[in-house]
Amino acid sequence: MLGVIDVRGVTKRYGEKVAVDNLTFSVAPGVVTGFLGPNGAGKSTTMRLILGLDAPTEGTATINGKPYAHLEAPLHEVGAMLEARAIHTGRSGYNHLLALAQTHAIPRSRVDEVIELVGLGEVAHKRVGGFSLGMGQRLGVAAALLGDPATVILDEPANGLDPEGIRWIRNLLKRLASEGRTVFLSSHLMSEMSQTAEHLIVIGRGRLIADTTVEDFVTRASVDAPVRVRSPQTTELGDALVLEQAHIVSPEDGVLEVRGLSSERIGEIAAAAGLVLHELTPLQVSLEDAFMHTTQDAVEYHAAAVAETTDATDATDATDATVEVAA
Amino acid sequence: MNAVAVPALATRPVVGGQVTQTQVVRSEWTKLWSLRSTRWSLLFAVIAMAGLGILIAAVSMSQWSQLSPQAQATFDSIDRSLGGYHLAQLAIGVLGVLVISGEYSTGMIRSSLMAVPKRLPVLWAKIAVFASVTFVLMLASAFVAFFGAQAILTEHHVNVGLGHPHALRTLVGTVLFMTVTGVLCVALGTIIRSTAGGIATFAGLLFVLPGIVDILPSEIGHSINPYLPSSAGGAIAEASRAAHTLSPWAGFALYCGYTIVLLAIASYLLVRRDA
Repeated sequence: MLGVIDVRGVTKRYGEKVAVDNLTFSVAPGVVTGFLGPNGAGKSTTMRLILGLDAPTEGTATINGKPYAHLEAPLHEVGAMLEARAIHTGRSGYNHLLALAQTHAIPRSRVDEVIELVGLGEVAHKRVGGFSLGMGQRLGVAAALLGDPATVILDEPANGLDPEGIRWIRNLLKRLASEGRTVFLSSHLMSEMSQTAEHLIVIGRGRLIADTTVEDFVTRASVDAPVRVRSPQTTELGDALVLEQAHIVSPEDGVLEVRGLSSERIGEIAAAAGLVLHELTPLQVSLEDAFMHTTQDAVEYHAAAVAETTDATDATDATDATVEVAA
Repeated sequence: MNAVAVPALATRPVVGGQVTQTQVVRSEWTKLWSLRSTRWSLLFAVIAMAGLGILIAAVSMSQWSQLSPQAQATFDSIDRSLGGYHLAQLAIGVLGVLVISGEYSTGMIRSSLMAVPKRLPVLWAKIAVFASVTFVLMLASAFVAFFGAQAILTEHHVNVGLGHPHALRTLVGTVLFMTVTGVLCVALGTIIRSTAGGIATFAGLLFVLPGIVDILPSEIGHSINPYLPSSAGGAIAEASRAAHTLSPWAGFALYCGYTIVLLAIASYLLVRRDA
């Protein structure tokens, strides 16, 4: 299948280190595709390869069928915001955008338009050096939208943002998606993309782990999800369930988490034994959990992984954006 | 948040077109003038170029009676008036490095190369803009320095006119030397990519190397000296030819040759290296 973005057998080595390892995937047009992986998985490198900033050691990356460097008017075809700052701190936001616009003969009126769009009207003529992280991200988004491209590439857009900024990014993604744009969005967090992404490409250590829909990704990871059971008779219930080969843990008094049995089966067993149930809930695996589960072997730096988990939890709390599987 | 009416990100089709060299030049013009460091460096260069010669002329006239008859006889009115270029050149060189190294240090280069993925138009545009700005500003400053200084030198009748042998060549030559130095420094900045490294290399080539050659045994030193970038390029900026230097235009041609070699390396690296 040929997509808007087509990555074919791409490998990137920096000296001895393999950052991207024979990666192949496509980003379909008109769809929001999430690009997931732990820190150091090679997401940013892959995006730099797509955008022609780095040259692949092997393989090809194309946009609309052409290598990025062969695009005649790249800003009209793809808008990109990289994770690393790509803005001269001594220049005003307005002049930054103007200089980029001029390369494509994009009029000043469009510069004003994108500035309003990202809500930087009041600070547009101030030096970027004094911008907060969130303002910098907004300016990056403005630059990406300057040429009104059908495809937008965003690398970790929510990284380091406060809850307000994360909410802004989420609304922006919704808008981009509702306009039918192709969005390719990387993150090591699920929360900001779970609302909008339809498709997921998951990588770890530079290799492809999954290329699937969000729903399928979570379903596959939830096969082994536990069922939560609350009962005044946990001891008797536990004995009955163990006979049916269930794995049971008790996170708190009066509560069991049961693996290996469906909720229906647990209900039947309890009824047969004449035991009272106060709650019977199939626990839902969040995209977050599914991601952690899938990539745990692919985490490059375990210390970094711990930090990510913390980040992820914070962001999830802040945005309440965990996707849950329909039971 | 307003969940009902979602404004479109583009209210009407965006007019724009393909990337052309002219448009990249316009973009680089905006980039150059929208930085404070540019304006300060250029202001410094203009003041140094226009003012220092006049200052030297004024000091020379006030001290005239204390000069030896020989010093009075060999007083070079052209070189005194244009001597400010030694200082102005420092600002031009530093700014030349910064024009590109500033993009690497801030990450701006990634935005620039995403907009112009063929890359070389960015380098050519930077050179075209920076060289023209340098040439125009320094030419105007050099005329101010020359006429200003000559007006002061009338006090002891050592003033010369533009028609004097070497006067116009030295004046324009000084400006050309500085302009090519600016281009050479853009090439250095592109090759080295760091501001500190670029400026150190520029200073090393033009200011330190002559000092090292100077302390070599004189025979070796004298045979190397004409081919040093500073002596070769400087030949066109001095009215009276110094010992062990090339003729003005031969020296300038060699200096341009060095610059072209560095530019070739810079353009090769800009295209080949990961940004």
